[in-house]
Amino acid sequence: MRLIKQNIERDGSGSVTLYPEEPEDMWHAYNLIRPNDLLRASALRRVTTESSTGSTASHRVQTTLSIRVTGIDFDPQAGQLHVAGRIAEENKYVKIGQYHTLDLELQRNFTLEKGEGWDSVALDVIREAIDPQKRADIAAVVMQEGLANICLITEHQTILRQRIESNIPRKRQGRSGDHDKGLTKFFETTLETLLRHVDLSAPKPILLASPGFTAASFQKYIIDTATSTGDKALLANKSNFLVVHSSSGHLHSLNEVLKSPEVLARLKDTKYARETRLMDDFFTLLRKDDGRAWYGPNEVSKAVDKSAVGRGGGILLISNSLFRSQSVSERRRWVSLVDRVNEEGGEVRILSSQHESGKRLEALGGIAAILTFPLEDLDEEEEAEDTEDTPNADMGNLQI
Amino acid sequence: MSRHRIKNVDLDEDDFYDSGEDYDDGDDGLTVEDREQLSRGTKQVRDVLGPDIAITDQEIQETLWHYYYDVGKSVTWILNQRASSQPKGSKKSKKETKATDTVATPTKKAEGPSPDDLVTAAQSGKGGNKASKPSTKQASTEKEKNEKSAVAPAVEVPKPKSKNINVLAEYEKSKRKNAANFVVIGHVDAGKSTLMGRLLLDLKVVDQRTIDRFRKEAERVGKSSFAFAWVLDQTSEERTRGVTIDIATNKFETEKTNFTILDAPGHRDFIPNMIAGASQADFAVLVVDASTGSFESGLKGQTKEHALLVRSMGVQRIIVAVNKLDTVGWSHERFQEIEQQASSFLTSAGFQPKNISFVPCSGLTGDNIAHRAPDGLVPWYEGPTLVDELDKSEPASRALEKPLRLTIGDIFRGGIQNPLSISGRLDAGHLQIGDPIVAMPSGETAYVKALDVDEEPAEWAVAGQNVVLHLSDIDPIHLRTGDVVCSPTSPIKNISTLTIKLLAFDHITPMHIDVHRGRLHTPGQITQLVATLDKSTGQVLKKKPKLVQPGSVARVVVQLANPVPLEAPSRIVLRSNGETVAAGLLE
Ligand SMILES: Nc1nc2c(ncn2[C@@H]2O[C@H](COP(=O)(O)OP(=O)(O)OP(=O)(O)O)[C@@H](O)[C@H]2O)c(=O)[nH]1
Ligand SMILES: [Mg+2]
Repeated sequence: MRLIKQNIERDGSGSVTLYPEEPEDMWHAYNLIRPNDLLRASALRRVTTESSTGSTASHRVQTTLSIRVTGIDFDPQAGQLHVAGRIAEENKYVKIGQYHTLDLELQRNFTLEKGEGWDSVALDVIREAIDPQKRADIAAVVMQEGLANICLITEHQTILRQRIESNIPRKRQGRSGDHDKGLTKFFETTLETLLRHVDLSAPKPILLASPGFTAASFQKYIIDTATSTGDKALLANKSNFLVVHSSSGHLHSLNEVLKSPEVLARLKDTKYARETRLMDDFFTLLRKDDGRAWYGPNEVSKAVDKSAVGRGGGILLISNSLFRSQSVSERRRWVSLVDRVNEEGGEVRILSSQHESGKRLEALGGIAAILTFPLEDLDEEEEAEDTEDTPNADMGNLQI
Repeated sequence: MSRHRIKNVDLDEDDFYDSGEDYDDGDDGLTVEDREQLSRGTKQVRDVLGPDIAITDQEIQETLWHYYYDVGKSVTWILNQRASSQPKGSKKSKKETKATDTVATPTKKAEGPSPDDLVTAAQSGKGGNKASKPSTKQASTEKEKNEKSAVAPAVEVPKPKSKNINVLAEYEKSKRKNAANFVVIGHVDAGKSTLMGRLLLDLKVVDQRTIDRFRKEAERVGKSSFAFAWVLDQTSEERTRGVTIDIATNKFETEKTNFTILDAPGHRDFIPNMIAGASQADFAVLVVDASTGSFESGLKGQTKEHALLVRSMGVQRIIVAVNKLDTVGWSHERFQEIEQQASSFLTSAGFQPKNISFVPCSGLTGDNIAHRAPDGLVPWYEGPTLVDELDKSEPASRALEKPLRLTIGDIFRGGIQNPLSISGRLDAGHLQIGDPIVAMPSGETAYVKALDVDEEPAEWAVAGQNVVLHLSDIDPIHLRTGDVVCSPTSPIKNISTLTIKLLAFDHITPMHIDVHRGRLHTPGQITQLVATLDKSTGQVLKKKPKLVQPGSVARVVVQLANPVPLEAPSRIVLRSNGETVAAGLLE
């Protein structure tokens, strides 16, 4: 994303104009735009004209619209962002108050003004979004016999591109040939699909992850196929197919894949490599059960209240899904929590809910903290506040 | 829930259930080699049978295929078949096949309602069956089908006819031998497959020639010590790597019992397969490697994990085969050391001492497997051989009267006439040829066109038996391993939220896990730790704990990514990052 223009006042008013360049930028925009914001972007609007004879004709016009946002819909697979709202500025095609859904597009500016003003978290999103350092995306196939998940790992998201399921007859007395045949067929389908989703002309690592030997056999299948068909693109990418271990072919095994030495060597200083490590640290501490690791909205808020997430090792882990809450007061609550931890010298990590470590955090309710000193019983005395305490299961995330 | 589940799973592209085509493309799944064997075999069978027996090539080939081209067995089968089913002296019609043979076999009294009646009952919600939610859907699926066939009865292949056998009464009468499945478990390379290969040789299920051939071939890939294991390890991958990957199923019988071996893989990556095997087992044989250091490292690895798993899946009896004692000169001391350590571990895992037994043996040399070790080799052991110990197993009680349940273990082409077959163990209930069945979660109906029990064609099957069902009237796209086959009248429900009472093997927090039940495994997430419970009384100790410590009992809520057929009280295993983190009971 490119920053085209910024005029934000100290009080948080003002606007930012951004230029999205790649699909990932839609994800950033998704984390930036909130209900009640003012969004200005170019749009296609269907207008109906009535001729003098009374017949009507409808055609589309390109125009720039400003809407007061009412809802945001993000499609991670397609990388599309649909922002619904009501027209805030009249022009010759539209009237104030009419509904319009803006589909943000790549290579087209949009301008945003925050309804509640620019807060630290929103500014952070911009900082992250306009970071010019680009890291290559990685494609991965997480598989087991009969199941393959083809996905793309970017800096901020893991995107499931395609799931392949295929019934492979199991080994049976005297009929092992059926199994081998089924496996080959499965590899064939998986490779065909992979090639449709990954552009080999721009070489990038393609991770093949599985338990047992499936990934290794698939790698061999790819190389054999490349050799026998003389496929130039495949041959050129031979060394890019890396075999990694995972304990299953289900998508959440990506979490293991991202921790593998093969991946870490290449992506050592990516945001998510750090976050993966942090989540591991958190779980290690949690298992010790010594009062230094807490999760859940109320527990973490209390820990921050007691100044236990500050200088000297305090870390707040928070999923960006919390800042996408529909409720303004909810959002304010999390922003102020972040600001307080920052003020007290603690470290704040905002994890992407679309990345593996973020999903682990989501399972814990989207928020966790490593404390500078142990606190006991943060979860007591609040039996009444049941609902908030329940980690929210984001099943949408589970599936991707 | 859509019935076209597989299609929906895919995001935007066409559907990838590739084996679907495999069934449709007219390819009969035979290799050139197969075909050669078939035509050679057909001729040989004809020669033996002589000109008096009228039989089509197709029938011969079907039989040959079934017996893996064994001419002798095929001839015996054909002759027996003729003897039992042919009215004496009459010329036989050529069209006759096992599945549609309704003339020759004496008709059993039609006692139960016909499947069609059952279906009607399901449609109208009568028959005392409080139709559960999915059942209505099944019923309507069923209805459509029935209506279709009612409108145009003569067009398609007729539905398999049921003989309306009173299966339970037949089963009572049949006085079969006791049947038992056992799973062979233990750390990788403990010698499980070798032990079973040896057992099958010594009981003459496999002949020496086969072993010799395996040895020669194995030598060629530098794995000569795996000759016995090759009896079980049959895929090229298993053989070249010298590792079992998937469950191998083999049969043998003693005077008392028909046994089915489920040889599990020891490697930790294949535990999902091991779980599938264990879920079908009545008891377990735990193989431990007695050689120096190996027992100890195994105990930290899958010896322990496997034992915990089978126990938590309901297995009560365990026979420990203290294997490879040849490598330590049949040391009594070593045996005692292992016996002592394994006993204490197994008791702590929940096995009762009276259900644990130990047999010192060597799969490689064959001592104490089917035959006693020669005099003087193991002077300190007078107990039973492994086979004798197996024979002590008590017949298990089966859920014969419960509604039909079968977890699909495999989907394959069962023969030229049977393009779509499934296998598994009947968990509950019974069925017969002609029965309609419903596969969940798809909710699609199929008919049982023919079936095998323990690899022999049969007319009916009951809970506890290992069966192959040859299906008709269903697209394979609606079937997946791990799916549950059930009766249309009381189908299992698909659920996606589970409350589980579990025993934690590791720390439990809200986290991503895989849920395993037999062949079924599916991703999910622990969303709530409801409470930790007192181990013996089940009383709540702490509500909403932040963490469940290993060894404690807790109630948790699990949310699955997709609905699957599960019902209480199923035994469930939870795994995460390749570790078994908990096992428990669906509530
Ligand atoms: N000396 C000796 N070697 C044995 C014995 N049993 C098995 N082995 C050797 O141990 C190795 C592994 O044997 P397998 O039977 O494949 O072991 P497994 O337990 O089936 O292994 P997985 O199925 O891969 O877990 C082979 O080289 C065998 O020859 C035994 O009783 N004595
Ligand atoms: Mg083995």
